Amino acid sequence: MTTGTITWAMPELPRGAVRAVVRAPDPVLSTPGEEVDPTGSAAIELAADLLATQLVSPGCVGLAAQQVGVAARMFSIDVSGHAKTRTCHGAFVLCNAEVLSATRKESGREGCMSVPDFTGDLARARRLVVRGQLPLTGEWVEISTDGFEAVALQHEIDHTVGLLFLDRVSGPHGIHPRRTYL
Amino acid sequence: MTDQIIAVTVLGDDRPGIVADVTGALVGLHGNLEDSTMTLLRGHFAMVLLVRTAVSLESVEAALLPLSANGSLVINARVLGDSALSEVGGPSYSLRVHGADRPGIVAAITGVVARNGANIVDLGTRLGDGLYVLIAELQLPSEESATGLAAELQETAEELGVDVHLSPVDDDLL
Repeated sequence: MTTGTITWAMPELPRGAVRAVVRAPDPVLSTPGEEVDPTGSAAIELAADLLATQLVSPGCVGLAAQQVGVAARMFSIDVSGHAKTRTCHGAFVLCNAEVLSATRKESGREGCMSVPDFTGDLARARRLVVRGQLPLTGEWVEISTDGFEAVALQHEIDHTVGLLFLDRVSGPHGIHPRRTYL
Repeated sequence: MTDQIIAVTVLGDDRPGIVADVTGALVGLHGNLEDSTMTLLRGHFAMVLLVRTAVSLESVEAALLPLSANGSLVINARVLGDSALSEVGGPSYSLRVHGADRPGIVAAITGVVARNGANIVDLGTRLGDGLYVLIAELQLPSEESATGLAAELQETAEELGVDVHLSPVDDDLL
């Protein structure tokens, strides 16, 4: 695992509370998020809660505001320790994030806590540059990453604009049951 | 007797070895497998395969009969005519639909597709816990028809309470 060129640090947030994770077809998951004021108290609380909820969810490497029922442009990410991770920026939250460049598309199979019954095959960029604001300070940061962290960031940014991985599945045979039906 | 194409459909409870058993029986007839699709649908294995062979339909049925003898597989075979090429030869589009399960999603969505002159070349659906997903590949009559189709799909999707996305399929031809 390598560490990206980090010129910023994730601000220390107050202790967050664990929120319930919503599942498709909850309409909030299809709702594009509102731009957030990262310095506002509601945004700081949401950021802390996303990190807290992600921490207690097994295998969860990212969580968007929509997944806890809030249509806002905010998500948390933490791919540290994941077997597929290359570059890693640790646990952080981004607000109002957007993709600046996405290259080297590769196919992969991904799942989502909000779509627990399926996984899907889709192509995502493995080299990615995104920009977004840190909660609390509102500082704009630019993040260059690759591999699994790049995939996770694209998955979460999709959530913030109301898209699920189901909306990008590569074809009719690209959806797979995640557990056996007997 | 000249070669003919025989379509074989197989449906039954899943177990390891179904494909090997069916195709093994067909190899014994000197049949050549052409296009096929095989998948697992909620624990039931389903396959449709086209076999080109010089032997009769009755011979194919006889060769497959032992596989369905214990009732675990239902196997049908029929002779197909020459393949009919679709008249729709326009651009390929991907259609993705998901939402709360309810009767009629597939009928309503594919009705819109048909009314707009688009042809479904591949389609799959999955039902999760209350979540229904439909993914299809379409051939549109023309690039211009995409706008009207997308608008009508959106309208129908709102009536059904589902999400719909229609996007062009990018072919990278090397």
